[in-house]
Amino acid sequence: MAWNRKLLRVDLSKGTCKAEPLNMEWAQEYLGQRGLATKYFVEEVDPKVDPLAPENKLIMTTGPLTGTVASTGGRYSVVTKGALTGAIACSNSGGYFGAELKFSGWDMIIFEGKSPKPVYLSIEDDKVELRDASHLWGKTVFQTEEIIKSSHQDPQIRVSSIGRSGENGVLFACVVNDLHRAAGRSGVGTVMGSKNLKAVAVRGKSGSGGALKDAKGFMAATKAAKKVLADNAVTGQGLPKYGTQVLMNVINEMGALPTRNHRDVQFEDARKISGEAMHEKRPTDGKTHLVTNAACFGCTIACGRISRIDETHFSVVNKPQYWGASGGLEYEAAWALGAANGVGDLEALQYVNVLCNEDGFDPITFGATIAAAMELYDLGILTKEQIGLEAPFGSAQALVELAQMTAQGIGFGKELGMGSARLCAKYGRPELSMGVKKQEFPAYDSRGIQGMGLGYATSNRGACHLRAYTVASEVLGIPVKTDPLVTEGKADLVKAFQDATSVFDSAGVCAFTTFAWSLADLQPQLDTACEGDWTMEKLALLGERIWNMERLFNNAAGFTAKDDDLPPRLKTEAAKTGPAKGLVNGIDKMRPEYYKARGWTPEGVPTKETLDRLGL
Amino acid sequence: MQKSLHIDANKCTGCLQCEMACSYENHGVFNISKSRIKVFNFEHAGRKVPYTCTQCSEAWCMTACPVDAIRIDAGTGAKAVHEDICVGCKVCTIACPFGTVNYIAETGKVQKCDLCGGEPACADACPTGAITYVDADWTGLDKMRAWAGKTDTQPRATA
Repeated sequence: MAWNRKLLRVDLSKGTCKAEPLNMEWAQEYLGQRGLATKYFVEEVDPKVDPLAPENKLIMTTGPLTGTVASTGGRYSVVTKGALTGAIACSNSGGYFGAELKFSGWDMIIFEGKSPKPVYLSIEDDKVELRDASHLWGKTVFQTEEIIKSSHQDPQIRVSSIGRSGENGVLFACVVNDLHRAAGRSGVGTVMGSKNLKAVAVRGKSGSGGALKDAKGFMAATKAAKKVLADNAVTGQGLPKYGTQVLMNVINEMGALPTRNHRDVQFEDARKISGEAMHEKRPTDGKTHLVTNAACFGCTIACGRISRIDETHFSVVNKPQYWGASGGLEYEAAWALGAANGVGDLEALQYVNVLCNEDGFDPITFGATIAAAMELYDLGILTKEQIGLEAPFGSAQALVELAQMTAQGIGFGKELGMGSARLCAKYGRPELSMGVKKQEFPAYDSRGIQGMGLGYATSNRGACHLRAYTVASEVLGIPVKTDPLVTEGKADLVKAFQDATSVFDSAGVCAFTTFAWSLADLQPQLDTACEGDWTMEKLALLGERIWNMERLFNNAAGFTAKDDDLPPRLKTEAAKTGPAKGLVNGIDKMRPEYYKARGWTPEGVPTKETLDRLGL
Repeated sequence: MQKSLHIDANKCTGCLQCEMACSYENHGVFNISKSRIKVFNFEHAGRKVPYTCTQCSEAWCMTACPVDAIRIDAGTGAKAVHEDICVGCKVCTIACPFGTVNYIAETGKVQKCDLCGGEPACADACPTGAITYVDADWTGLDKMRAWAGKTDTQPRATA
């Protein structure tokens, strides 16, 4: 069946696990995963809650297509109030864990309270228990998975866990599953750590899909949708060959590759850290950096990168544990660890990326925080003595050492663990943090791609590319080409992307399908799988409903229109080179247009008419 | 023409569509824990390898079965388990050198690949061509073609 109709409620304070029927009325209005879990969250949690207090909750959730043959149908999300942002957070991950959770017979797990001592949740279908994790505390993600599989004597268990950074209170800690897939952003792993919850280990033997609404129709609809992905140039060729890294040279050419903390918009070494470079043979060992591409559960795109670090590189000398193949580099990480701080050393970036996976922290926020620290160093505000080493822009050595310090929670790594907003504020230059709502920008400069600026400013989880990926339209012409250098029409574009993405994130499939799929490709898959009548109109309204529900939570948490803004650099310092030379981002022009398009007041509050129309 | 499953691990991405297709075909659910084909992930080598029964000519599982529950399917040549006869003694799982016959506690019977009666669902579901269903006498044909294309590529004097 599409839904298992069952959720697991885990009270960590009391140490109890309880089954509950899934609210199927809500499922009709919020579908699953991001939408449905956020509905539970906003109904149960005070918006003013301290993200790290026991009163905050954390939900692991699947969608109706998770664990089915629908392409990319293996996604799950972690919903909570973000430790980094204080806003609603929903971080989405692939790998195999989500499907396994679905196969175990549950749709979602709601964690509440705080365990008095470290625990992990063990699930084998209906057999659910909290187990002592004192032997796992202090262990990395990689070690945790190995120890759990070995102690359960079951190599087929799937594990989702936090690393040492989540234990140490790094505010951008991830929840990592299957070694190198992560619910990465907003500090969802920090919240998990604050609850003394180390890991969730799942083995699902029940399976799913036994009672699809129309099984024959579902098999046909998913098959047709897979063909759309295979026939599309991006999902059928570009992503399997180069991964998301296909973008590095493209975005650099556009003058939209944020470089050295957004001082520049083009990186002179972009080619060296690109997807193309990952295919080139190294002079040192004659091998390519890239070993193979890889798919998450059910995915027929297979954009994932599996790479091997050069054994002679300074970062891994005498560290054979890093010589094997591992996940990465994906575009966002390659940018954040590389261009954002001017480092053009591919091997160093992959090493740091592996550290991010190993100890569970977000490479986007981490890389951007390094960039901010390097700018503070460049300005003489931070000194070698304070940091513990020289940290000029472009230093791979500094990047590597600071990553190790952050992973282990030592020295200046503790300060970096706050993220760039708190770091820059502490040293008196808050404007140098490149982000929105305390979450750092991803890899697109909004002076060169104007719509992304509006998307960042209004994203409900802080700066993010996955809430409204207008790059698709502004750069790749999907579904229609728009001019990246103008603000006209971007309010409607961003709204359309935000609403549609909300549906994809609630279905159990990957956002990358949207390079090829529109809602019209997703709709028949949902309509044949899920009970009810899933029309295009219903789905469009559902996406908008989810967006507004998240907005209402943030407004109640204390966010206002003032928080829907970009740092002054992007509004006053024009791009120096490339097609966007001379341009700043036009956020102040786009924001009011966007509020109007959304049916919100000039203060960014949904009007009564809007709420009535959406049934909120 | 007798056909057989042919696996090219280099093309496998680890998506597990084959495992879902197998469990759906044979059990009516998406449940990889009941799949007769398994994809193994050798993490540090960056390799994913699908593995299932090769339908041995001298099938030890079949020879070992004390109740004659494993029989050759005349159409496909597959060694198929007849569930109504199988008593779940598991001797075949011991006899098989490759581990591709396995016991299912829920049914109390063993299961193994039976080529889905000639239309293997795994091959149909594989998005990359890592699993194909080809002429059993020529499973090496594509590999031969690839190597053949690489021979004699030196420039030659024209007559």
